[in-house]
Amino acid sequence: MEIFGVPAQALFGQLLIGLINGSFYALLSLGLAVIFGLLNIINFTHGAQYTMGAFVAYLLLNKLGLGYWAALVIVPLLVGATGVVIERFMLSRLYQLDHLYGLLLTFGLALIIQGLFRNAYGSSGLPYTMPEQLRGGQNLGFMFLPNYRVWVIVASLAVCLSTWFVIEKTKLGSYLRAATENPALVQAFGINVPRMITLTYGFGVGLAALAGVMAAPIYQVSPQMGGDLIIVVFAVVVIGGMGSIMGSIVTGFSLGLIEGLTKVFYPEASNTVIFIIMAIVLLIRPAGLFGTQK
Amino acid sequence: MKKRLLSTLIAGMCALAAPVAQAQISDGVIKIGVMNDQSGLYADIAGPGSTLAARMAVEDFGAAAKGMKVEVVFADHQNKPDVGSTIARTWYDVDKVDAIFDVPTSSVALAVSQITREKGKAFLVSGAATSDLTGKACSPNTIHWTYDTWMLANGTGSAIVKTGGDSWFFLTADYAFGHALERDTEAVVLKSGGKVLGKVRHPFPGTDFSSFLLQAQASKAKIIGLANAGGDTINSIKQAAEFGIVKGGQNLAGLLVFITDIHGIGLPTAQGLIFTESWYWDLNEPSRAWAKRFAAANGNKYPSMVQAGVYSSVLHYLKAIEAIKTDDGTKVIAQMKAMPTDDPLFGKGTIRADGRKLHPAYLVEVKKPAESKAPYDYYKIRATIPADQAFRPMDQGDCPLVKK
Repeated sequence: MEIFGVPAQALFGQLLIGLINGSFYALLSLGLAVIFGLLNIINFTHGAQYTMGAFVAYLLLNKLGLGYWAALVIVPLLVGATGVVIERFMLSRLYQLDHLYGLLLTFGLALIIQGLFRNAYGSSGLPYTMPEQLRGGQNLGFMFLPNYRVWVIVASLAVCLSTWFVIEKTKLGSYLRAATENPALVQAFGINVPRMITLTYGFGVGLAALAGVMAAPIYQVSPQMGGDLIIVVFAVVVIGGMGSIMGSIVTGFSLGLIEGLTKVFYPEASNTVIFIIMAIVLLIRPAGLFGTQK
Repeated sequence: MKKRLLSTLIAGMCALAAPVAQAQISDGVIKIGVMNDQSGLYADIAGPGSTLAARMAVEDFGAAAKGMKVEVVFADHQNKPDVGSTIARTWYDVDKVDAIFDVPTSSVALAVSQITREKGKAFLVSGAATSDLTGKACSPNTIHWTYDTWMLANGTGSAIVKTGGDSWFFLTADYAFGHALERDTEAVVLKSGGKVLGKVRHPFPGTDFSSFLLQAQASKAKIIGLANAGGDTINSIKQAAEFGIVKGGQNLAGLLVFITDIHGIGLPTAQGLIFTESWYWDLNEPSRAWAKRFAAANGNKYPSMVQAGVYSSVLHYLKAIEAIKTDDGTKVIAQMKAMPTDDPLFGKGTIRADGRKLHPAYLVEVKKPAESKAPYDYYKIRATIPADQAFRPMDQGDCPLVKK
């Protein structure tokens, strides 16, 4: 069976790959959406924090002998902690100002972090060994599916959905959402809003670091890995609607699929297709597919 | 508010896509500009290491002792032809730069070559690969020093077809360099009796190659030719291993691989790869001595052939100026072609009328982890291709400077 001249089986393979890339988009755009939703800060450091996640995982493995599974837990905590420091000492001073200031600060931080890694480790990057348990793969008949990629999809879906659940369905989440709407009122009820904001930023940064750890065995751990990816992720956030949790998850996965299909039918356009969609969405629904006009 | 936010976000995205260009401004008599990718995926191949190589050449030439004042400046072209063109024009018109060196990324090199010709300056290419620089785009102001796509294709392509790899699928970086490398390799494959089953062009730079690799796998070609470079090649090789492509019986041909790439991939994944280089640090005693000096000043990173080429070309450039006592670009290039070349790294060589520098090329194979005794001890030399066979014969390049 063929679909538009491409064997159906090959197409399934490509869709699956698209879904895997979509997992990374979803995980990263989720972090951005969470941060934007509560802090109103466009976190341009996100890509650098993803890179940081991969590098810290590399260092844990090669300097301390702590493997992949330990890194999955430790790295988001460590990198998240640096996020807490950044929020406390820098970002918290900018909330009263225009978005532009937050952008400049986070963009500058991203350049500094990226530059530091490049000076220390060069641009070719470093290899990160895949954990023993996830090596090999399944022969699906139409393609060879590495086990690690299956893990990426499952883990990313689990993290995305539980984040959505916590924010939309739990009491803690309702505090968060209320604080977004009216911080003064929530504070009046005795909830420590500044601390909640700090921890939310730390959490968002931790998500980026988690994505970085998951990416390390597949891609080269290199200083520009975040910069290459983050531009696409911002487009995903814009398409999904800034600040919308479910929007960023759904858009992340579906844009991965669309990109995957483009790679089959017109590979040359595969890095532009997302921006074309972004332009169209902005024309028709400026608030994004899942966003609400404020 | 929402609109403002959006425009802020998009402004930021543009800023991310194009980090600020940096150029050092200086004045002096002979001003050498090293232009390359200082921060992106090709920064380890050329980058700050090329600037270092140029400075070492100035020092080893003994410019100060000879009463010549030489200055080295550098800039980051970010692999973008428009950025590279702007730097070249500013350097020539405002900063009084006399010659530009290195310039990896073929699309940028072609643009800089054109500008250099307009301004009557000198351009010595080490980093860029496209053989068009000495073919239809050749220039009396440009010398192509270290390697080119024809050399790579000829060395690697014919060796692989001879050992049974007769059906190919190309994974090509979608810009001037990838296209030239694919074209030159395809010609060699067809000439040696092989066939090309398909090709796919990936955006440059790319991150995820699994989709393209699956297409290559489906083609059932024996050889998947990687017509890309740097980080793109590294990620292609890693992901091909992950998707079991080599285990499935298909082989990868890295058409342009640098020692820094092998260092980044690691020997366990890279072992057995066969490709062509025009210089390796462990070739002979002078090369080893130079490489150790270089590594000591470069954070223990050993030089690539591109960086060695910058050293060698700066040395010959300064010798030519010493001989004719002028830094007029067109005259210096003519003098460089007239004089035989001789330096510790590439040995004795010549430069042809079309601007092609000639020296031997080496077909290398990556060692197994057990065979590697020291850091950067990565290659076994499988064959040496003599200088007169390593590069495209001058009459086949369609260079307008050469009368047929």
